[in-house]
Amino acid sequence: MSWLIDPFADFAFMQRALLGCLAISLGATPVGVFLLLRRMSLTGDAMAHAILPGAAVGYLVAGLNLGAMTIGGVAAGLVVAVLTGAVARFTALREDASLAAFYLISLALGVLLVSLKGSNVDLMHVLFGTVLALDDAALTLLCAIATVTLVALALVYRPLVLECADPRFLRSVSRWSGPVHFLFLGLVVLNLVAGFQALGTLMAVGIMILPAAAARFWATSIGGMLAVAACVAAISSVAGLLASYHAGLPSGPAIILAAGTLYLLSLVFGPSGSLAARFWPRAHLEA
Amino acid sequence: MALRVRDLTLGYDRHPAVHHLDLELAEGSLTAIVGPNGAGKSTFLKGVMGELPPLEGKIERGAARVAYLPQLSEVDRSFPLSVKAFVAMGLWHRTGAFGGLSRADLSRVGEALAAVGLTGFERRPISALSGGQVQRVMFARLLLQDADLILLDEPFTALDAKTAADLLAVVQRWHGEGRTVLAVLHDIEAVRRHFPETLLLAREKVAHGPTDTVLTAENLFRARQMSEAFDDDANVCARLAEQPAKRGAA
Repeated sequence: MSWLIDPFADFAFMQRALLGCLAISLGATPVGVFLLLRRMSLTGDAMAHAILPGAAVGYLVAGLNLGAMTIGGVAAGLVVAVLTGAVARFTALREDASLAAFYLISLALGVLLVSLKGSNVDLMHVLFGTVLALDDAALTLLCAIATVTLVALALVYRPLVLECADPRFLRSVSRWSGPVHFLFLGLVVLNLVAGFQALGTLMAVGIMILPAAAARFWATSIGGMLAVAACVAAISSVAGLLASYHAGLPSGPAIILAAGTLYLLSLVFGPSGSLAARFWPRAHLEA
Repeated sequence: MALRVRDLTLGYDRHPAVHHLDLELAEGSLTAIVGPNGAGKSTFLKGVMGELPPLEGKIERGAARVAYLPQLSEVDRSFPLSVKAFVAMGLWHRTGAFGGLSRADLSRVGEALAAVGLTGFERRPISALSGGQVQRVMFARLLLQDADLILLDEPFTALDAKTAADLLAVVQRWHGEGRTVLAVLHDIEAVRRHFPETLLLAREKVAHGPTDTVLTAENLFRARQMSEAFDDDANVCARLAEQPAKRGAA
């Protein structure tokens, strides 16, 4: 058992990495579950790219400074989210096409800004994360974002569920439809920024979507999915960090691959809607 | 007055679909909207709900609370919700965005499900329901909305006779309770039997009043002709075309 406990007991950087990943597991996975239920799984991916120019501007202005890169990332993400939502609501273009247009513009801008400063090892941290080097400020930020996310989701749970399940009904009984949609996109951006502190912009979406996709094969209620997804993310975090420690693997991809493994296992063996349920059905209910 | 509409024109991309409609619905009236496909029936209900802003004219809703069953519902039936949770959304006016469901609210949900013949379905996921059961669930939610004005867009289409009869009984219960009901229907015989008032619509109002005076062979023939005539020239409002000076405003 010592291989399981010792890395976390002996090394402060492993403890900090674990705490950071658990915070992300709690905050990002419920957002991922709602993305999945709204058929917006790829939105997370697009948004992660949209954040890049903001983080790059922060980096160019202030160097590898957490505050500047966070503010830049959140600002860029929110601008794309608001423009996307506004175009989808007020013009003939659908949300997916509108988002694709804005995130591609944003991504090109980001790549341009990144290349201005030439290749830089620090910048690799932005792209691939620095979970093994989280400082106090980064940890505080991760925990704060997780807290804000959970409180916000608890508050708008009913309008959010209704906006997903029957948006037209929500519009007929209240004015929540627009606000709850934008608030949700705001939470997506916040959690992607949290994720890229630890896992990098490219890996941040993984901890959001893979646990949610795995949870779909285990639970048939929203509450059940939220719980399973958080557990999958937490287990992936521990497993990924241990693999990273013992085998010398980069931690971000190790965590996401652990989540990917759990997803594939769920896909095959999960009790609800999985391949096993499809190809080896149990006998139907008989009186 | 549950609903008053004055000179209402509704349309899409400035192409009118409902022309210069004047209409008054008395409180507690039970009215069928009848007309050919493309006559503007659904568009009219969308206008009343405020989903479509009027191009011209005014809609005054006297009713405090309006409930609406659209024809093409945007319900995501794969969404993991139980029948109970789905129907309970009809209590939004009591709970708002943040309030919880009281014990009394839960018993209201049970009563609504009983009224549509779905007792015992509380814990089923909505994904496991048949088309008819989904419509029963929609009616249970409408019951909980406790609305003064209820708009139904083809509520009985694609239902078997038993389900249609059960849900018609719910409509008649609303009528008995003094609520105003406005329903788009295609089954002329059912309208004659069960709906005291009828609005015959073919882009314009053809007739409105007691059903037996509205659903005459002559009116129905005229509605079909008007609808076909409009389709040939659907891009511009006929009344404005007669007044070339105002065409720019169309």
